[in-house]
Amino acid sequence: MTFSFWRRQKRERELEEEIQSHLKMAAQDRTDRGETPDHARSAAQRELGNVGLIKEVTREMWGWASFERLMQDLRYGLRMLAKSPGFTVVAVLTLALGIGANTALFSVVNGVLLKPLPYPQPEQLVWLAESKPNFASGSISFPNFRDWQKDNRTFSGMAVYRSYNFNILGLGDAEQVGARFITSDFFNVLGVGPVIGRTFASGEDDIGRSPIVMISEGLWKRKFNASPDVLGKNINLDGTGYTIVGVTPASFDFSGLFRDVDVYAPLGQWTNPLLPNRGAGLGVHGVGRLNPGVTIEQARADMARISSNLATAYPDTNKGIGATLRPLRQTMVGDVRVLLLVLLAAVGFVLLIACVNVANLMLARAATRSREFAIRAALGAGQARLVRQLLTESILLAFAAGALGLLLAVWGTRAALQFLAQGLPRASEVHLDARALLFAALISLSCGILFGLAPALKSRGGNLLDTLKEGGRGESGTRHRAQGLLVIVEMAMALVLLISAGLMLRSLTSLWNVNPGFDSHNVLAFGVALPPSMRNASAAEIRAALRNVDRQLAAVPGVKSISLSWGAVPLSSDDEDLFWIEGKPKPLTDNEKSWSISYVVEENYLQVMGIPLQRGRFFTAEDNENASHVVVVDDLFAKKYFPDVDPIGQHIFLDNKGGRAEIIGIVSHIKQWGLDSDEKETLRAELYFPFMQLPDQAMQLSGSGTGVMVRYDPRAAAIGDSLRAAVKGISAEHVMSKTQTMDEIISDSLASQRFSMAVFGIFAALALVLASVGIYGVISYLVQQRTQEIGVRVALGAKRSDVLRLILGEGMRMAGAGVILGLMASFGLTRLMASLLYGVSATDPLTFTAVAVLLAIVALAACYIPARRAMRVDPMVALRYE
Amino acid sequence: MSPRYQNRIELLQGTLDLLILQTLRWGPQHGYGISHAIRTNSGDILQVDTGSLYPALHRLERQKWISADWKVSENKQRVRVYKLTAKGKKQLESERSRWAQVSDAIAGVLNPAKRESEA
Repeated sequence: MTFSFWRRQKRERELEEEIQSHLKMAAQDRTDRGETPDHARSAAQRELGNVGLIKEVTREMWGWASFERLMQDLRYGLRMLAKSPGFTVVAVLTLALGIGANTALFSVVNGVLLKPLPYPQPEQLVWLAESKPNFASGSISFPNFRDWQKDNRTFSGMAVYRSYNFNILGLGDAEQVGARFITSDFFNVLGVGPVIGRTFASGEDDIGRSPIVMISEGLWKRKFNASPDVLGKNINLDGTGYTIVGVTPASFDFSGLFRDVDVYAPLGQWTNPLLPNRGAGLGVHGVGRLNPGVTIEQARADMARISSNLATAYPDTNKGIGATLRPLRQTMVGDVRVLLLVLLAAVGFVLLIACVNVANLMLARAATRSREFAIRAALGAGQARLVRQLLTESILLAFAAGALGLLLAVWGTRAALQFLAQGLPRASEVHLDARALLFAALISLSCGILFGLAPALKSRGGNLLDTLKEGGRGESGTRHRAQGLLVIVEMAMALVLLISAGLMLRSLTSLWNVNPGFDSHNVLAFGVALPPSMRNASAAEIRAALRNVDRQLAAVPGVKSISLSWGAVPLSSDDEDLFWIEGKPKPLTDNEKSWSISYVVEENYLQVMGIPLQRGRFFTAEDNENASHVVVVDDLFAKKYFPDVDPIGQHIFLDNKGGRAEIIGIVSHIKQWGLDSDEKETLRAELYFPFMQLPDQAMQLSGSGTGVMVRYDPRAAAIGDSLRAAVKGISAEHVMSKTQTMDEIISDSLASQRFSMAVFGIFAALALVLASVGIYGVISYLVQQRTQEIGVRVALGAKRSDVLRLILGEGMRMAGAGVILGLMASFGLTRLMASLLYGVSATDPLTFTAVAVLLAIVALAACYIPARRAMRVDPMVALRYE
Repeated sequence: MSPRYQNRIELLQGTLDLLILQTLRWGPQHGYGISHAIRTNSGDILQVDTGSLYPALHRLERQKWISADWKVSENKQRVRVYKLTAKGKKQLESERSRWAQVSDAIAGVLNPAKRESEA
């Protein structure tokens, strides 16, 4: 660059010298012919012509001209923008909003949908589950997994994982941490190495091996000051000493599935007695890495072969059991795909509206600049040069907006992540990276061209002479038509966004109004773990200890009723039981039995949760370990399994809950799976089992952590703290986990709906503001242009109200056309978001009408201000306006 | 307008290049010399506009058909002297033959009878 600059300077000087020498020689020739030197010089000068022009044309031959012109256009553009700061600020801000919102959302989409998973060869990774008659993605049993591992020919490795909570003891206050049981190959399959130490070796995940553990980098720093001699140290988890063998990197979160996990232990360490059971469903899922070059179809065929072998070998447990393989990425991303794409489309609309607005501003400005262009054309600027000048200015604007937009995007991305943290997988991978920057630059450029083109094209074709004669006051019908058209498009797009937001709002309100089947207000859920010293206590001792917890907590002021809870928690975690009905042929295999969601609770559960009892009775304190087993079912269970007989008094067999039990009552169904999705699930039957009747083995297990549900008096202050104090009061080794209100649980379950509602709301509000500014601008411009005409009309006797009607009519015609166009577009487009809606049709007439009316009113208001101005036009002033 | 100008003919597009190359065939020459030579050799009919001459010279130079050097003229004046390159000579040949074709063709159109009688 410097080089060519110097070379250029030199050429410039040489050209000057060359022309001067030409002049001198021409003058010399004339003097030689007898002219006076003065006369000769001026004649030679005249003959030569315009030196500046010659130089400029010659310079173009050097090939630097295009750059030169660009710099000139840029300088000129900057000057023009600086000359009208109001216009510049409005245009830049409008676009920056659009570009910022787009870039923010794009970086979310990029992180979640586009970027490959952060593991080596991520395309080889598949997510694994067992397919069962009831679920496509059921739990993998440990023995089946071992056979999969041994017999497959298509995987380079596979592993399973299961979530768990451990209580860390002996390192300051007792603390509950998130944990995962994994098999040895887990980290190898993903290709993730430890920060220090090692991962689990083959076989260390078997049942009965010595307890070892890997901890997270976070826990390592928090509890061990990141000291390297943590390796080989002991950590007390639930009363067992585990040897620490490695530290996992902080960046590892298994793409959002493993948030807040601090401890990884080998699956064989899980004390669940059902672990070695081939038919057990324990919430275990897997991940595998395909051999290089193997397709997922080949792997599916391979696994189908293994599954059919297993079904032959173990018909009892494995008949009808298959393997589900899904690309890991698809599992991670799941449902948010549609949501994110719909949001991206919505934000694209916002940007288009912003562009249209700026295009309109540019058009209005082009009108006032038409004289300037005419003069430039008269001085010899070509059409192409003028168009290029206008495009340069608009692209300049767009890039200024892009830079500002990036700042907004940084902030917007952060806000989006905060909003969506619950519902967004791979959130940790969302950054404003090079790709997002490129995207911002690209949309800035295309915006610049998009909104610059309209006025640029407009500037062509106009008759030079007319414009100069008109003195810049020209009534140009075509320009007005173009602006009107842009406003109509803008209105239409705003309407589409408003309707989308309206539909989201309606879905969310109908979701909030869905009766979950229980009263979620003033209910607190948390966990309590008995001291680790009771790990080997008998079932009777555990029962006594838990009864004591029950009693102590019930005595806390403000607690109205309390129930221990094991198994499923509505909208939060699920647990299922296999059963069969007495009197029907006894099923030979598990697959012929039925599944039910199961809640293991105490006698006060109905009061705590506010679930209505329909018939029969609920448990009492007498339905204890010494009494015969009883269950309560919900109305769906009753209808599904006892369509013709009264279920009360019938018996069912529960394999994992001690066998035969009598149905004693029917309660109302509660929405276990979520307010919106419960109806879509196939497994919805629910049953309740008395906590104290849990078989001994399960009872012993519950000592290491059981749920507690409390209905509290809303007037009681800091009920959580009082409960925590009460738990501490029993013994220092009793651990209470974080509390959550049932309302919070419901609210969390709606996180993604709330997020999309909020985002749509923001977009729609933005669109509405931009569209009303747009229509306001055009009508103002119109009034200004027609001041003279209005003056004449008034002078000729038109009433003020006629003038008002004239202007408002103009605005309403545009708004009306926009609304009609928008309604048509909405009918087509809202279908795409049908899967995000609940309890409202994608073409809900109420939303469509209400939003159309709202937009029309806003448009009317936007037109009213300039219309009033028109009404007040003083005919004398207007006529003198010439 | 002086009467002289009425006799002047505007150069056809592209012919200026040919004239410059042809002029330089007789030896290196500076810009003023080239315009002077064209005017004289055409009997004052072809007047080269300076505004076209210099852009044309710089264009031809860029195409490497001619090259330029600074020399000192008889009048002790620094002048930029252009000379034909080997590439320029080839170009001149092809332009000349094209010109011959064009002028034959135009002559044929203007004077069809002559052509027929020749045939």
